[in-house]
Amino acid sequence: MNIKVRYFASMRDRMGRAEDTVSVDGDTITVTDLWKKASGGQDLPASTLIAVNMEYTDSAHAVKNGDEVAFFPPVTGG
Amino acid sequence: MNDKSMVGLSHEEIQRYSRHLLLPEVGLEGQKKLKSASVLIIGAGGLGSPIAMYLAAAGIGRIGLVDMDVVEESNLQRQIIHDSDRTGELKTESARRSIARINPFVQVDTYCEKFTAENALNIARDYDIIIDGADNFPTRYLVNDVCVILGKPNVYGSILRFEGQASVFSAKHGPCYRCLYPEPPPEDLAPNCAEGGVIGVLPGMIGTIQANEAIKIIIGKGTPLYNRLLVLDALDMRFREMKISKNPDCSLCGNTPTITALIDSQYYCGITPKSGEYRMDRNEFISPYELAEKLDNDDVLLVDVRSPEEHAIFAIENSISIPLQELTARVGELNKQRDIVIYCKSGIRGAKAVEFLNAEGFARVRNLDGGIAAWAKEVDREIPGY
Repeated sequence: MNIKVRYFASMRDRMGRAEDTVSVDGDTITVTDLWKKASGGQDLPASTLIAVNMEYTDSAHAVKNGDEVAFFPPVTGG
Repeated sequence: MNDKSMVGLSHEEIQRYSRHLLLPEVGLEGQKKLKSASVLIIGAGGLGSPIAMYLAAAGIGRIGLVDMDVVEESNLQRQIIHDSDRTGELKTESARRSIARINPFVQVDTYCEKFTAENALNIARDYDIIIDGADNFPTRYLVNDVCVILGKPNVYGSILRFEGQASVFSAKHGPCYRCLYPEPPPEDLAPNCAEGGVIGVLPGMIGTIQANEAIKIIIGKGTPLYNRLLVLDALDMRFREMKISKNPDCSLCGNTPTITALIDSQYYCGITPKSGEYRMDRNEFISPYELAEKLDNDDVLLVDVRSPEEHAIFAIENSISIPLQELTARVGELNKQRDIVIYCKSGIRGAKAVEFLNAEGFARVRNLDGGIAAWAKEVDREIPGY
């Protein structure tokens, strides 16, 4: 299955791209594992807001085929 | 929003606010509510500028401004409440003068001090709505915590580069900021505008959204941004909306809160407000004078770990550019047998680079104390501040 992944703010800089399409074996994958796969084995940084299909959720959420997963680090500028 | 039935509008005010009075959603009643309302704006900077200017023009009765900074040249590209001739002036005073010119009917109360766990409740208590235009995490967490404790809406906005966020946090109606981000993040995950840059119109776009939300809450019309986080990508010009909800485990507004009083978060999360507080072994620093001498006499490799954009603005002569994020990948370019001096803008990124290089087995590496900012002050006065 294919999952669309989007990176925002400093996460986009860190990854060097705004989005990915990650192909995953099986019917479901947790956000944590999806992040690992997309980032080449890194741990998901603490203080990251996760949205699946633009709804706030946690890293244990099971992602399904066709879902869009977005990662939002906090933004502080004012 | 006290005594809203008591206030009246003068003939002059009726003329001034006529386009509001014609709106069914505002009308005379709504305009009186605006006049009776008090709004506290944290930060008189990028976001605070349009927020204060539009709320003043809209006829908010009392505006409070918290900021301890003075106007700098580098603020003028986006902080439009401050004029070119106000550099060096307190931001609160500059903003007060601008507001008086926009609308003399507005009462302005200024707090030229740091918003801290000690003074926050006293400052915020008398206001109906708090608007977060802060530029740092400790203040943002404090604003959030104060609002939850006092039960006031927190009209939130933040910006970086071309991206912005806005929401209205209210523990009564939905999540607070800590429901989304329980603790302040590690520094490198969240650069501020001074490090990452920001496009000048962005605070105008996000700040006006915040001002509009505050007005809606005061007049009680429309649908506030409760339970929604609006995310703007101004580069591709896309607004996205994320559904957010209260976290039952939130340490502040959840079912079993563990935070029951205000805390200054920089004291427990390790965020260092100033370069001077990122102190390591003194042997790992080199003063600007010492470096100037060393550059004249010895063989030393000078490495700039700032961004390529910062390097392009101005760099110390004969330095090479290896941005901090690329250091891990490019460490092979450096020779362990050579004396190396690292520099950044003010010393924080340099300290991180030295720490990393020490761990990689570099023994002859030092950090320019105070960065290129100190170098500009003490050695090369031709370098502009940025």
